[in-house]
Amino acid sequence: MTAAVSAHHAPVRGIRRWLYTTNHKDIGTMYLVFSLAMFFIGGSMALVIRSELFEPGLQMVEPEFFNQMTTMHGLIMVFGAVMPAFVGLANWMIPLMIGAPDMALPRLNNFSFWVLPFAFTMMLSTLLMDGGGPNFGWTFYAPLSTTYAPPSVTYFIFSIHMAGISSILGAINIIVTIMNMRAPGMTYMKMPLFVWTWLITAFLLVAVMPVLAGTVTMMLTDIHFGTSFFSAGGGGDPLLFQHLFWFFGHPEVYIMILPAFGIISQIVPTFSRKPLFGYASMVYATASIALLSFTVWAHHMFLVGLPLAAELFFMYATMLISVPTGVKVFNWVATMFKGSISFETPMLFSIAFIVLFTIGGFSGLMLAIAPADFQYHDTYFVVAHFHYVLVPGAIFSIFAAVYYWLPKWTGHMYSELLGKCHFWCSFIGVNLTFFPMHFVGLAGMPRRVPDYSLQFADFNMISSIGAALFGLSQLIFLVTVVRCVLVGRAAPDSPWEGAQGLEWTVASPAPYHTFSKPPLVE
Amino acid sequence: MTPSHENYYVPEQSGWPILTTMGLALVGMGAPVLLAGGTPDFFALGLMILAFIFFGWFRRVVIESQKGLYSAQMDVSFRLGMIWFIFSEVMFFAAFFGALFYVRTFAVPWLGGAGSNAMTGQLLWPDFIAAWPLLDTPATGFDRPSEIVDPFHLPLLNTILLVSSSITLTFAHHCLKQAKRWQASAWLAFTVALGIAFLWVQGIEYVEAYTHSGLTLRSGIYGSTFFILTGFHGIHVTLGTIILLVMLIRLLRGHFNSEHHFGFEAAAWYWHFVDVVWLGLFFFVYVF
Repeated sequence: MTAAVSAHHAPVRGIRRWLYTTNHKDIGTMYLVFSLAMFFIGGSMALVIRSELFEPGLQMVEPEFFNQMTTMHGLIMVFGAVMPAFVGLANWMIPLMIGAPDMALPRLNNFSFWVLPFAFTMMLSTLLMDGGGPNFGWTFYAPLSTTYAPPSVTYFIFSIHMAGISSILGAINIIVTIMNMRAPGMTYMKMPLFVWTWLITAFLLVAVMPVLAGTVTMMLTDIHFGTSFFSAGGGGDPLLFQHLFWFFGHPEVYIMILPAFGIISQIVPTFSRKPLFGYASMVYATASIALLSFTVWAHHMFLVGLPLAAELFFMYATMLISVPTGVKVFNWVATMFKGSISFETPMLFSIAFIVLFTIGGFSGLMLAIAPADFQYHDTYFVVAHFHYVLVPGAIFSIFAAVYYWLPKWTGHMYSELLGKCHFWCSFIGVNLTFFPMHFVGLAGMPRRVPDYSLQFADFNMISSIGAALFGLSQLIFLVTVVRCVLVGRAAPDSPWEGAQGLEWTVASPAPYHTFSKPPLVE
Repeated sequence: MTPSHENYYVPEQSGWPILTTMGLALVGMGAPVLLAGGTPDFFALGLMILAFIFFGWFRRVVIESQKGLYSAQMDVSFRLGMIWFIFSEVMFFAAFFGALFYVRTFAVPWLGGAGSNAMTGQLLWPDFIAAWPLLDTPATGFDRPSEIVDPFHLPLLNTILLVSSSITLTFAHHCLKQAKRWQASAWLAFTVALGIAFLWVQGIEYVEAYTHSGLTLRSGIYGSTFFILTGFHGIHVTLGTIILLVMLIRLLRGHFNSEHHFGFEAAAWYWHFVDVVWLGLFFFVYVF
C-alpha cells in the first residue's frame, strides 16, 4: 500500500505516462485531444461536402466519394468527436466535482480510451481500400450496408464494435464512480448537474450500445454467414434494421446532448452569479428525457409504412419530450433573470447554446408531426435540424466547457480576446451554414446528394461560405488553446467570480492526484 | 457513508490495458481479413493475446486482493461494475430477442399480406404463406429444414441441466458462506460438470440440425434467429463455465473465505443471468 502510494506522486515522463496511465486527468486529456483531432478530420470531410455543393453540378469529387464523405463525416463526428469529448470532460471533471481520488476503475478507464484510436484508424483506413469506405450514410441502413455495401463494410462493423466496447466500459466506469465515490455528505441531490446528466447519459449508453453491437452483428452474419435478418426473401425485414438502429439511435442523440445540458447548467449560474433556478426540476427533466428517449425511435421512420397507431404513438411521444426540454430552457433563462451577468467566452457559448439549441428543438417539433414530416423527411430541413442541435448544441457546449475549465486544467488563463473572436466567428459561421438549409429543405432539396436543382444554388452558396468561415474559425480555437497552455498568464484556483463546486477548491492546475483524502461536503 | 476512500486503491501505471487494446485491435482487424478469405494469423494472435491478458490482468487483481489492498468501498465498485456489465449483456440479448419478436409479430405476417399489406403479399411473393416456424421462405435459394428442433427432447434436457446448475451453484455458495470449503468445491465442480454437459448436448443438437434436419444459418429467418440466439447464449455458457472453473481453482487454493468471495459471487451472478436467458430461449425460440 505505502509503496503504491509513494509511487504516484508525480507522473512518469515520456510516452509511457500516456500508454500506461491510470490517472483520470491524463485519460481525460487524451480523450479531449483525440476528440479534437477527430473534429478536424470530420470537419475537413464536411468542407469537402460543402465545396462540392458550392455550385450545382459535379465539379470537385466523384458522387461515390461524396457518399463516403457524408457517411464518414457523420460517423466520425458522432462516435469520434462528440462522444469522446464528453467522456473526456467526464473523466476530468466528475472525480473533481464529487471529491473522488480518481475514477472507480482506473485501469479499465485506460483501456476504454485506448481502444478508440485503434477503432478509428481502422474506420478511416477503409477510405483507402478497394471499393472505398462506407458509403451508405451514417445510419447504415440495410440493405445498402449489407447486400450493396463495399467490401470494407466488415472493417466498419468491427470498428463500431470496438468503439462500442469503449463506450460501454467507459459508461460503466462513470456510473460506478458516481454511485460509489462521492465525498461524504454529497448526496445525490447535492451533485452538480454535470454529474447528474452524465449519470443518466451513462445509463443510456449501457442500455443502447449493446443493441447497436447486436445490430451490426446481424449485419455481419447477413453478409458473411447467409442469415436473413434484413432480407425479405428469407423472411426477414430491412425495416427490422431501422427499428433496431433507431432504438439505439434515438437515445444516442440524447447521449450527445444531456452532458451538454449539464455543462450549460454549470456555466450559466456561474456567470449570472446566481444559483441554478430549479435544480430538482432539472434533475427530473433530464431523467424524463432519458426515459422518453426509449419510446420515440420510430419518428425517424414515419415514411416507411408504419401502421397508423404507431405513427400516432410515436408522434405524441416525441412531442412529449419538448415538455422536459422546455423546463430546462426556462430554468436557464430564469437563472439569468435579474442575475448580474458577465459575458466571458464560456457564457457567450452558453447563451448561444440556449438560443440556437432551442431553434433546433423547434424544428424538431415540426419534424415530430407525422403528416408534416411526410414533406420534410430526408430533405435539408432535417440536416438543418440536427446540425442546429449538434453544432451550436453539443459542440458549442463542449467549447464552453473547455474555456470554462481550461484554467483548472492548465493553470493558465486563455486569451479572452481570442476566445471571443472564436465565439463570434463560430456563431456567425454556424448560422450562415445551417440556417439557409431550412429554406432549401422546405423547398424540397433532398439530403445526401452531390448535385441539386438550380433554384437551390444561392442558399447553398451561402451555406458553403458559412461552412468555410466556421471551419477556419476553429483554427482560432486551436491557437487559443495552444497559447493558453504555453504562454497564458497564471490562473487563480477559482478564476470565475461566481463559480461554485469542489473543482474550484483544488489548486490550478489541478495536482496530479486530488482528493486522496475526501473533502467533507457541508 | 464512511469517509473511507483515503484507502481507495488507485493502481499504479499498468501495461495490461494497452496490451488488451492491442489484442482487441488485432482481433478487430484480423476478423475482416479472415472473413475475406485471408490469413487467420492476426485474428488468432489477437485471441491469444486476449486469453493471455485474461489470465495476467485478472491474476494481478487476485494478487492485489489477496494482499488486502481492496477496501470495502473497492468491493462496492466491483459489485456495481458487475451489475452494470450484466445489464449491458441483457441489452445485447434484447437486440436479438427484439429481432425475433419483430419478425414473428410483424415481418413474416406482413410478407404474407396481413394487416394493410395485402399488396405486399400479392406483388412480392404471391405463393408465400406466413407461418412460424418459417420453413418455406418467400424467395428460393435457402436451405429448407425438413423439421424444427423438438423442444421436448434435447432442449428440455438442457433446460433441466442448466436450471439444476443454478441450484447446485447456490448450494455451493451457501456452503462457502458457512465456511464449508470442501462441500462448496464439490457443488461447484458439479455445477461446472452440468455446464459442460449442457454444451455437449447443444453440440449434439447443432450437429443434428445441420446434418439431419437441414436447419442451418442459411435457412431464412427461422434459422437465423435460432442460431444467433442459441449461439450467443452458447458462447456465454462457455465463458461462464470457464469462469466457474477458475473460481473452482481459486476456491481449492483457499482464495475465498466465508465473508470475502466476491469473485465467486460475480461468477454466480453471471451464471444465473445466462440461466435466465436460456429460459427465455427455451420458451420463445423452442416451445412457442
